[in-house]
Amino acid sequence: MSITVLYFASLREQMGRADDHIEAGTATTVSEVWSRISEGVEMPANILCSINKEYVDAGHSVKDGDEVAFFPPVTGG
Amino acid sequence: MIQLRESRFDPWLELQAYQDSLAIKGKYGATAVFVGSMRDFNEGDEVRAMTLEHYPGMTEQYLDKIVHEAVQKWPLLDSLVIHRVGDILPDDSIVLVAVWCAHRASAFDASRYIMEELKSNAPFWKKETLTEGTRWVEKNTPS
Repeated sequence: MSITVLYFASLREQMGRADDHIEAGTATTVSEVWSRISEGVEMPANILCSINKEYVDAGHSVKDGDEVAFFPPVTGG
Repeated sequence: MIQLRESRFDPWLELQAYQDSLAIKGKYGATAVFVGSMRDFNEGDEVRAMTLEHYPGMTEQYLDKIVHEAVQKWPLLDSLVIHRVGDILPDDSIVLVAVWCAHRASAFDASRYIMEELKSNAPFWKKETLTEGTRWVEKNTPS
C-alpha cells in the first residue's frame, strides 16, 4: 500500500525534505512508518503525529492512501 | 469565520467590518477580543522578523474544531479568528480572536478557550530571524 509522509518546520529541515512516498506491507502503524523514514532513529518524545490531518498516537494504524505527518510542538498564536 | 492571511492585516478594521456585517445586532451584550502581535525580542535576543509555517488543510480544520468546541461549551452568537502565516515583522498582528455573546462571562471564557487551544494545538510553527542567524521557536510561553 502507498503512504504519503509529510514533515514540517524544524523536522522538515532535519530530514532535508518535505515529504516521502513509501510502499508498505498490508498492516502498519505510525511508529512503523517513522522507523521506515528515519532509518531506525528513535522518534523523539515531543514529535507529534497526524493521519489525514487529524492528530493520532504513534500506535495508530495506517491504511492505504493515508497522509501521515510528523512535526515538532506547535508554536502559533 | 476563520481565516489564514498571508499579508499584514489591521485587527481593528477587521473587527469593525465583521461586526458591521453581523445580523445579530441587539442580541449581543459582550464582545471579547484578543490580539496577538509580534514582539521584537524573545528569550533575551532581538528578533528582526519571523516566518510562520502551517500545515495547509490541517491548520484550518483544527481552528474550525476549536471554534466548534467553544460553541458546544458556551452560548456563542458569533466568532472571528484570523491568523497570519508567512513572513511577519515586529508589531504585525499575528492573531485576532473575537467572540460575541449575550453576556461577558461566556465571552471572556470562550475567547480564552479558543486562544489557549490555538496556542497549544493548532499546527503553526514560528521561525525567528535574529541579528545573526535564524532559530525555530521550540515551545510557546505557558501564558
